[in-house]
Amino acid sequence: MRSFFQRQGKFRPRSSDEATGDSAIPEDMWVKCPKCGELIYSKELDHNDRVCPKCGHHFRLNARERIAFLTDEGSFVEWDACIQPEDPLEFVDPKGAYAEKLASTQEKTGEIESLITGLGRIEDRPIVIAVTEFAFMGASMGSVWGEKLTRAIERATQDGLPVLTVNASGGARMHEGLFSLMQMAKTVAAFDRLGRARLPHFSLLIDPCFGGVTASYATVADVILAEPGALIGFAGQRVIEQVTKQKLPPDFQTAEFQLDHGMIDLIVERALLRSTVATLIDHHAPAPVPFRPEDNGYDAAGAGRLGDASSRVPGDTSHAPVQHTASWPPEG
Amino acid sequence: MSTLDTVSEETVNLPMVSLSPMDRVRLARDPQRPGTLDYIAELFSDFVELHGDRTFGDDGALIGGLATFRNRSVLVLGHQGGSNTRENLARNFGMPKPEGFRKARRLMRHAEKFRLPIITFIDTSGADPGIGSEERGQGTAIAESLLQMVGLRVPIICVVIGEGGSGGALAISLGDRLLMLENAVYAVASPEACAAILWKDSSFASEAAETMRVTAADLQRFGIIDELIAEPVPAHEAPREIISAVGQRIAVHLETLLDTVDMGDPESVEAMLRERYGKFRAIGAWHES
Repeated sequence: MRSFFQRQGKFRPRSSDEATGDSAIPEDMWVKCPKCGELIYSKELDHNDRVCPKCGHHFRLNARERIAFLTDEGSFVEWDACIQPEDPLEFVDPKGAYAEKLASTQEKTGEIESLITGLGRIEDRPIVIAVTEFAFMGASMGSVWGEKLTRAIERATQDGLPVLTVNASGGARMHEGLFSLMQMAKTVAAFDRLGRARLPHFSLLIDPCFGGVTASYATVADVILAEPGALIGFAGQRVIEQVTKQKLPPDFQTAEFQLDHGMIDLIVERALLRSTVATLIDHHAPAPVPFRPEDNGYDAAGAGRLGDASSRVPGDTSHAPVQHTASWPPEG
Repeated sequence: MSTLDTVSEETVNLPMVSLSPMDRVRLARDPQRPGTLDYIAELFSDFVELHGDRTFGDDGALIGGLATFRNRSVLVLGHQGGSNTRENLARNFGMPKPEGFRKARRLMRHAEKFRLPIITFIDTSGADPGIGSEERGQGTAIAESLLQMVGLRVPIICVVIGEGGSGGALAISLGDRLLMLENAVYAVASPEACAAILWKDSSFASEAAETMRVTAADLQRFGIIDELIAEPVPAHEAPREIISAVGQRIAVHLETLLDTVDMGDPESVEAMLRERYGKFRAIGAWHES
């Protein structure tokens, strides 16, 4: 297996914001913010976690950038990178065979599939992580996604680790037919077992997250986070407009809309993401000193121990609590 | 492209194997094809329909209630569209909204509490794609139903009787058995939607239906369904016979499940849940390089 750094160096895909940017601007140096139009020096954008310094627009990150940003440096170990997709339907559309589409997408993106899983640390806390790659066929969910995610959840359940999923998706992958749809059932089933072991699943919804992923594990997590401005929904906006013949509200299906409608717990700015997840991990870890275990529902002896909980010293203030992460009540 | 009328005439005498996938999609959608309420009327007695999600409203597109099946009380759930415009408007063309899925979830919990087996009938073009449905969390409602069914401590038998449309169908089809009528279809997206996206033209639905492998025979070959129930003639041409055949197969599977599962014994229920998990755990097509 090639290491992730080699792969990143060789094939590092451009994020879609950059790829669709104004071609007259040398994209390596200056990036135009799609929201406010500001020209941003690309190094400055990188230093600001790829968030527009003027308007706060969150640029998309590809999966490798996301993992590098989220996890402690050098802590991420990828799992099951060798699981390859198949073409069980022998699917053919006007652009050709699915098998060929897979090969060219792998070539183009440098990824084997649209989901990357592994173990990493966030502010020193071990956590199982699954991140989607939107450049790989719109981060559509197929058999490989389902198998990699299920294996990751099963390992987390076995080893007593929390799980963070980072979810952008165009939905289930049509090219794999009902195999794709059934991955919704398979992954939800695995998360059910994680939950029964009293281990938390945190779901971060990023731009854009639709279809089968929204209608499965991503929205039944213990805590659901979203990045500001991310589009999140079940049906796509074009479909809704065609079916209903109605004009959609301006903020329709944004993270802010979902927060307003009670569908997510929290909108988290990228700068606060790592510390928020770290705090959430701590809140869901069994108490360092068992306190009347017969009352609080914990099985103090065993199942549900969160990873390296012993490394947490009571009174350790090195991970200060997050002061303000929600944009509730709405400003303005 | 053959029309529905020509299909119906021809199929009386032709072996069903000669039907194209799109022919079967049309048969599955035939407004005269028996729906959930027809199955309830023929196979169940003492049906008491239970309404509402206790949060927002009732949904005529996903119905449920308590009924007697072969001398045993069960919960029956299913999608229901209409056979004419007025009924279709009342039932939203059989496309459930979040309140439908939440009602289903409420009724499934009810069945679990009183240890009643569950029988579901799948027949929908999909979950409602409207503004209100998005506002009330369509994705979340489907996901909650899936999560509920994975761990539900009573046997669940699911039967695809018409069109199995994507997430809206899956939401009530995660059980211990998945049966499917020969002319039913089950797909990740409608052939029209798939054609609109990949062919950029929904009139290529026949081509899409072909390559998407939506038929019961395909899904049996893939091991995704447990049993294909033969339809020697299309269900709407011999509704009583077909409904009765479906009832027979449900009865056989229910008996097998109830023989092996003691709902009062936690160990036995855990064994059933392990098998249910294993059933979905095994679905996928991939290899390791």
